[in-house]
Amino acid sequence: MSSATTDAAISATPDDGVVRAADGTPLKKSLARALRREKTRSFLLIAPLLLFILISFIAPIADMLFRSVENNIVEDTIPRTVEALKEWDPDSDELPSEDVFAALHADLEIAVKQRIHTRLGSRLNYEASGMSGLFRKTGRSVRRMDEGNYREQFIEADEDWGELETWRVIRRFSAPYTAGYFLNAVDAERTSEGIELKPENERIYLTLFNRTLVMSLAITLSCLLLGFPIAYLLAHLSLRTSNMLLILVLLPFWTSLLVRTSAWKVLLQQQGVINDFLVWIGLIDDANRLVMINNQTGTIIAMTHILLPFMILPLFSVMKTISPSYVRAAKSLGANDWTAFWRVYFPQTIPGIGAGAILVFILSIGYYITPELVGGTSGIFISNRIAYHISSSLNWGLAAALGTILLALVMLLFYVYDKIVGIDNVKLG
Amino acid sequence: MSALPPYSSTAQITWYYAFRVICGLIFFFLIFPIIVIAPLSFNAENFFTFTPKMLALDPEGYSLKHYRDFFTNPDWQQALWNSVRIAPVATLLATAFGTLAAIGLSQSHVPFKSTIMAVLISPMIVPLIISAAGMYFFYSRIGLQGTYWGVVLAHAALGTPFVIITVTATLVGFDRSLTRAAANLGADPVRTFFKVQMPLILPGVVSGALFAFITSFDEVVVVLFLGSASQKTLPWQMFTGLREQISPTILAVATLMVAISIVLLTVLELLRRRSERLRGMSPG
Repeated sequence: MSSATTDAAISATPDDGVVRAADGTPLKKSLARALRREKTRSFLLIAPLLLFILISFIAPIADMLFRSVENNIVEDTIPRTVEALKEWDPDSDELPSEDVFAALHADLEIAVKQRIHTRLGSRLNYEASGMSGLFRKTGRSVRRMDEGNYREQFIEADEDWGELETWRVIRRFSAPYTAGYFLNAVDAERTSEGIELKPENERIYLTLFNRTLVMSLAITLSCLLLGFPIAYLLAHLSLRTSNMLLILVLLPFWTSLLVRTSAWKVLLQQQGVINDFLVWIGLIDDANRLVMINNQTGTIIAMTHILLPFMILPLFSVMKTISPSYVRAAKSLGANDWTAFWRVYFPQTIPGIGAGAILVFILSIGYYITPELVGGTSGIFISNRIAYHISSSLNWGLAAALGTILLALVMLLFYVYDKIVGIDNVKLG
Repeated sequence: MSALPPYSSTAQITWYYAFRVICGLIFFFLIFPIIVIAPLSFNAENFFTFTPKMLALDPEGYSLKHYRDFFTNPDWQQALWNSVRIAPVATLLATAFGTLAAIGLSQSHVPFKSTIMAVLISPMIVPLIISAAGMYFFYSRIGLQGTYWGVVLAHAALGTPFVIITVTATLVGFDRSLTRAAANLGADPVRTFFKVQMPLILPGVVSGALFAFITSFDEVVVVLFLGSASQKTLPWQMFTGLREQISPTILAVATLMVAISIVLLTVLELLRRRSERLRGMSPG
């Protein structure tokens, strides 16, 4: 800007006490503009990734949350029946009217043509067993039915149509949204008397959730037990030595998860290295080799090994910052080694313990690969059940509901982690 | 803990050595499973334990046959090729998007900074099985399930948090007056970025890229659900191998992968030192 225009700008501006920039605009306005430009620029830099994550990651998670309550299949497959059933009182002792049966006939004729009636059958089978067979069987005879008097024809095709419970189930699950998957996921069911838990010996999901939490806790504790001495040692050695030893911690951290899991599978086998060694030194008999794999022991050992670096690294970084003069002061005041450690040193490591423990716990409750490979049937986690429902039983709604509960649990824990450590303080290596 | 003072009591001396022995055992626990697979992978028999011949150090007890199997078996070769095809593209996507976003996030006055950060970091926090389930549902809706690009996009999403974290960490020590000086000397923003900012944050970008690469290269849960048989990657092949018929070829593959990790770890350590030197911090 030349000095002439600057002078002109200055002379042109009235002397009203407002501080102005060189070009005459009030300083406040020009600052706001610069700030806006900076905000736009940083937002433009973030936008591509934000969009990418929203589409490739957040949308799938939202889809899963949606699927855990979505239940359009009943209304989409038999719309007329759902409409006609609204008139029927499920608490009455009478079967639905002839209109409902006529509507069902019309719906099923179309559904059979499109071959979608079996899908509805499998959907309703999650709520009441026998529905899948009922729909398949009826589907075969629906084309042969004559016009009129559908009620008798249906009951003739399968006597379940004469049961009040069949109609109650259809009516109960005809809404486009359902809490049924969530109830299933916590082993509850909606009966005519309201929501109640299933009998104790049928509670598979609560057992699994419980086991996942208990085993994750066991893994966290053993990580803490093994990680604390290592972090302490690393923090108290000279920099050169501790850097060398840190490599022994980082190497497992960097090694593929599958490599470590396969190593444990090989080591823990009954014909594996550990059992061979124990037999060789005579600690156990050849006939009584230890069973350390395909059970909870296997899962706990392998996962402790896999997650141990996640405990050591945060502990180490906290211990590094603890000044040795506190312990020296305690000792010079007469504390013995144990008191100085327990009353002075240990309380200062609590933030590290908290960070490491929550991190290990969060990671372990969502683990899938290791329990699947070394856990057998007694050592599997809730994630293995989710995987089973996605790929084998195809009950996606239930898988989504289980996933949602697990996600809520992890989010809650992560919130705690954020309060203690702060999300920005996550460090790698 | 450094040296034992001369006036230590017997109990103190005992504890001093006992503690070291305990730590030694824990280090052994950490490192032994990774080390032990290397000699086992040279086993001449199809066993998963040391044969008497191996213990006697008899050369006949050792062979390269499991490595030969890996390099000739079409299943393993296809899996290796798929991994090599997927990981670099996912890494490239994650690094490009992640670096830009980290630079944007490091500026002051970013609205909703913590919310944005939480969203961008979330792929690292959400358990893999849940990510895999959600992606399986959603990608099959939009026709990406079972495709090459579906797997690449998923892996890129999983890798970005690592890039953001490492690049943000290098940007913390970044001197803003350098970019201002460049602008003052007449460089446009693009030129400033490539000539001034990029060389300085490069260690962070590269280590973020390595993290993203290893995330994709090691990832098995998501690819298991999202991929079809023609996207079978190396970890997937290992997973099926471990679950169904466990063949000693897995040990050969595992040994090769440990070698790769050692190389990556070395590169990372060198980068960390370089970054600290560039930023004027004393090397650790």
